[in-house]
Amino acid sequence: MSFEFDLPVIWLFLIGFAIAMYVVMDGFSLGVGILFPFVKPDDHRDVMMNSVAPVWDGNQTWMILGGAGLYGAFPLAYAVYLPAMYLPLILMVLALIFRGIAFEFRFKSTRSRPFFDAVFSGGSMIATFSQGVVLGGIIQGVNVVDRQYSGGAFDWLSPFSMFTGLALVLGYGLLGASWLIVKTEGGLQRRFYYLARPFAILLAVAMAVVSIWTPLANSRIFDIWFTMPNMLWLAVMPILFLLLVYSIIKGIIERHERLIFVKSIALFVLGLVGLVISFFPLIIPPSITVWEAASSSKSQSFLIVGYCVLIPVIMAYTFYSYRVFRGKVRIGEGYHH
Amino acid sequence: MLGLEALDLARFQFAFTVSFHIIFPAFSIGLASYLMVLEGLWLKTGKEVYHNLYRFWIRIFAVAFGLGVVSGVVMAYEFGTNWSGFAEKAGDITGVLLTYEVLTAFFLEAGFLGIMLFGESRVSKRLHFFATCMVAIGTLISATWILASNSWMQTPAGFEIIDGRFEPVSWLQIIFNPSFPYRLLHMVLAAFISVSFLVGGVGGYHLLRDRTDPAARKMFSMAMWMAVVALPIQIMVGDAHGLNTLEHQPAKLAAMEGYWGPQPGETGVPLTLFGMPDMDSATTHYALEVPNVASLYLTHSLHGEIRGLKSFPRDEWPDVPLVFWSFRIMVGLGVAMLGMGVLGLFLRWRHKLYESRWFHRLTVYTLPAGFIALVAGWVTTEGGRQPWVIYGLMRTVDAASPLHVGSVAASLSGFVVVYAIIFGIGVYYITKLVRMEPMGAIPEGGPGHERQPKRSFSAVEHDLDDTEERHS
Repeated sequence: MSFEFDLPVIWLFLIGFAIAMYVVMDGFSLGVGILFPFVKPDDHRDVMMNSVAPVWDGNQTWMILGGAGLYGAFPLAYAVYLPAMYLPLILMVLALIFRGIAFEFRFKSTRSRPFFDAVFSGGSMIATFSQGVVLGGIIQGVNVVDRQYSGGAFDWLSPFSMFTGLALVLGYGLLGASWLIVKTEGGLQRRFYYLARPFAILLAVAMAVVSIWTPLANSRIFDIWFTMPNMLWLAVMPILFLLLVYSIIKGIIERHERLIFVKSIALFVLGLVGLVISFFPLIIPPSITVWEAASSSKSQSFLIVGYCVLIPVIMAYTFYSYRVFRGKVRIGEGYHH
Repeated sequence: MLGLEALDLARFQFAFTVSFHIIFPAFSIGLASYLMVLEGLWLKTGKEVYHNLYRFWIRIFAVAFGLGVVSGVVMAYEFGTNWSGFAEKAGDITGVLLTYEVLTAFFLEAGFLGIMLFGESRVSKRLHFFATCMVAIGTLISATWILASNSWMQTPAGFEIIDGRFEPVSWLQIIFNPSFPYRLLHMVLAAFISVSFLVGGVGGYHLLRDRTDPAARKMFSMAMWMAVVALPIQIMVGDAHGLNTLEHQPAKLAAMEGYWGPQPGETGVPLTLFGMPDMDSATTHYALEVPNVASLYLTHSLHGEIRGLKSFPRDEWPDVPLVFWSFRIMVGLGVAMLGMGVLGLFLRWRHKLYESRWFHRLTVYTLPAGFIALVAGWVTTEGGRQPWVIYGLMRTVDAASPLHVGSVAASLSGFVVVYAIIFGIGVYYITKLVRMEPMGAIPEGGPGHERQPKRSFSAVEHDLDDTEERHS
């Protein structure tokens, strides 16, 4: 029954795919909010919001899919991580509610517009920071006894998780800036080229720090990365990282409009791959594997049918939607064709 | 480690967030289908009044749909944050059903909502109608999955328990579990009825202002037809659902009836109209009873018996006053709404439907009746399921996450404050929209248009701060 044995691994990648889709797509939407404080003029902020207005809703649906998929395919992981990350997750959904509401009502008000600007930007930052804290909390590990979370309410709180929270704000900031470079032109575009550089440099530093901090704080992960022969082929990861960072910064200086965005996405994917390498086959370190956390093969195989049929349809619509709304956003007008 | 207080707060939090949430999906289920009917009639008859009504109601639909989306995100995570015991033990079944809801319904709605809200001027009429149908079908698919999941918790089937975990055996039996058809039909009809009273109330409001307004007359007439057709069906479905509950969840039914057990020298179950159920003394004080009537509708015989609460262990009783009263609120409002429907039919027969100002005023007062009955019905069924989360198999106390009181208290306060704010904004806005003349311009937007929103709220093209200049 090797098929059954392999299902959990396939599911790990399917959930990883939904999470990657979410991180990249809502990443740049949240990044737009993170960049709000750096752009003051009202009409410039209109352009920024307009650039993500048609797509942010769909982007966020990937998060629901990631959460529901984890619930259905790895109920143990869902049941351990969600209570363990209770406070940051609640903070995240509350921040996302405010972000969504601000999105909708900013355009409809003039008097309360500064208020909705602050709510949009604050909501985006808090949601992003919370997601980074959750990431850090998961990397540093959670206590499990009898298939239940057994730690305290603030176990996630540590210098490391605060740092990953900050790192993700920088990361989404870079995604937001590189997205806005694609979607704007002229002086406003120059503004985002100018902003992208510090975000890229700080993010590179933050990712390097996390990559060194993680194995130093965790001997299991240290052993994965720094023993022979793993070390040889894993050396490709830091090399790829340095190449990507170099070419992103070069791209910003040489004004490679579209490639910066693509490479920033690649940087996120690289980080995710690094995470999978550090974790696999564990889903809740140090001891629970993807096979132990998996739901029954009847659940996973029933679900995979729906996934394989419907995800291509969803992808097709998403692609169509982005095509419809392609092109530059200009001040004082909508989409240009 | 898990104090009772954390459990109580978690239960209150779930009840609060889900009660808030369910109003908007009910709103969307009913209104999407109404919009589908309006657009279909417009295409078929070419009458402008249907088109005007479509444009009037789609703006309100947009706001309600948006509120449903933001409050729904919370629900998807709450199963894990607050009910990890349940998620871990039953995720093999309920997690899968939820994922299918996301894959088949959420993406379908998201996919066609943009065209429905903003595409009228950029796609053909047929394609636009197709988009409206897809959104309406999406809301119904969504209801189907979530009610399959809820019904499975009420009347579990098609599973086996392995190491304390619920594992699927037959997906057909899981989805089509014994209470699912009744519950789905009951909920969808409730959504239709709620929206028909909303539409009727808004129609009544506009008739009070101008009883010759053709759009107001049309929506009022449609709503009154819906009420008089749907309510008798709903009462029959509710009765069948009650018999299903008697068979599968007898303790819940006993609580709904406030029936503790046979009195000495008495045969048959009385209908308790009102009273104060007291769980400590296992009696209903000040009970106003009609002998043998409950026997008649529950067993179809004058002296038929059902199990009273006393025949169940004390620790398997739900909160009797809660279930007893919420059930009476639902049934009472149902009967009142049926009365409204019949009255509407009578006035129509006498050619006074559009002339009776007192009746128009009455419809404005009963505008929220359907929504209140719907929430009361959910309180009955969910409260009546207690103390179980999966009926007869898993207790709610075992479903809770190992959380500290402080965490749950903090999140609960957060939800109460945030929901109060967004509900306030939403209701304020919907109120403004329903007061507008039911004649609107074709909504603008989409690529090439200013503001090109594909999102729900932005279908509403009016400044919140009315008096000030709109930014462009």
